[in-house]
Amino acid sequence: MIPAGGILVVSAVLFVTGVIGVMIRRSALVIFMSIELMLNAANLLFVGMARLLGTMDGQLFAFFVMTVAAAEAAVGLAIIIALFRRRRTTDVDQVNLLKW
Amino acid sequence: MDLSPRELLFYADAIVAVMTAMMVVLHRNPVVCALSLVAHLCAVAMFFLLLDASFLFAVQIILYAGAIMVLFLFVIMLLDPAGEGVAGRTGNIQIVMTGVAAAALLFSAARVVPAIVDLESAGGGRPTSLPPGYGQVSGIGRLLFTDYLFPFEVASILLLVAMIGALYMGRLGKVGPAGDKEPE
Repeated sequence: MIPAGGILVVSAVLFVTGVIGVMIRRSALVIFMSIELMLNAANLLFVGMARLLGTMDGQLFAFFVMTVAAAEAAVGLAIIIALFRRRRTTDVDQVNLLKW
Repeated sequence: MDLSPRELLFYADAIVAVMTAMMVVLHRNPVVCALSLVAHLCAVAMFFLLLDASFLFAVQIILYAGAIMVLFLFVIMLLDPAGEGVAGRTGNIQIVMTGVAAAALLFSAARVVPAIVDLESAGGGRPTSLPPGYGQVSGIGRLLFTDYLFPFEVASILLLVAMIGALYMGRLGKVGPAGDKEPE
C-alpha cells in the first residue's frame, strides 16, 4: 500500500518546486512550465486522496484540471507568441509596462 | 523495514519526479526544461497508475506528455529564446520572497500530514475493496455523464473559448487590439 502521507509530502515538494520556478525564472516559457508543475502536484494530491477515500470524485477533478490546463497552455502560449512578435523577447522583466 | 514492490516503485518514482521537477526549474536551456517536464509528467503518470487511476494514466501520457508538451516545444522552436540563467540577475528580494513562500507552503503541508496519517490509520479511509471499474473508463465515464454532467458541459465551453482566444492572439497581421501592422 502506498502511504497517503508520502503522497502528500511528494505533492507538497513538487508544488513548492513549481512556486520557486515561477518566482526565480524570468523566461515566460519556463514560468509556464512551472505552472504546469504546480497543476500536476495538485492533480497528484487529488488522485491520492481519491484512492484514500475509495471514491472517484478526486479523479474526476484531476480530469477537469487537465482540461483547464490544456486550455490555459493554448491561450498562454498564444499570448507568449503575440508578445514575442511585438517585443522580441520572452523575458518577463522586460515586459513591465503595467508594473507599479 | 520491508517494502512491497508497489511501495518500492512509489519511492523510486518520487525521487524521479522530484529530480525532474528540479531540472525544469533550474536548467538554463528551455529545451532541456521542456524535456525534463516530459519526464516529470511521465513520472506523475506512474503515480496515477500506482494509485489505481489507469484512465488518468493514459490521459496524462496522451494529453500532457503528448499534446501540451509538443505545443511547448513548438513555441520554443518558433521563438528560439536564449537561455537566461537562474541566479544571474535574480534580485535578492526575489530570493527572500521565494524562501518565505516555500517555507510557508511546506510548513502548512507539514501541519496536514499528521491528520492524513491519522485518518489512514483510523481505518476510516482506504477501503480494501474498491468499487468495480475504479479509475477505469467505465467508472469515470459513468460518473462524468451523471453526477458531473454540468461541469463536463462547462468544460466544453471553456475549450471553445480557449480555442477562439488562442486563434485571436496568435493570428498574423494585427497584433492585439492596438492594431499596428507587422512588417510581414
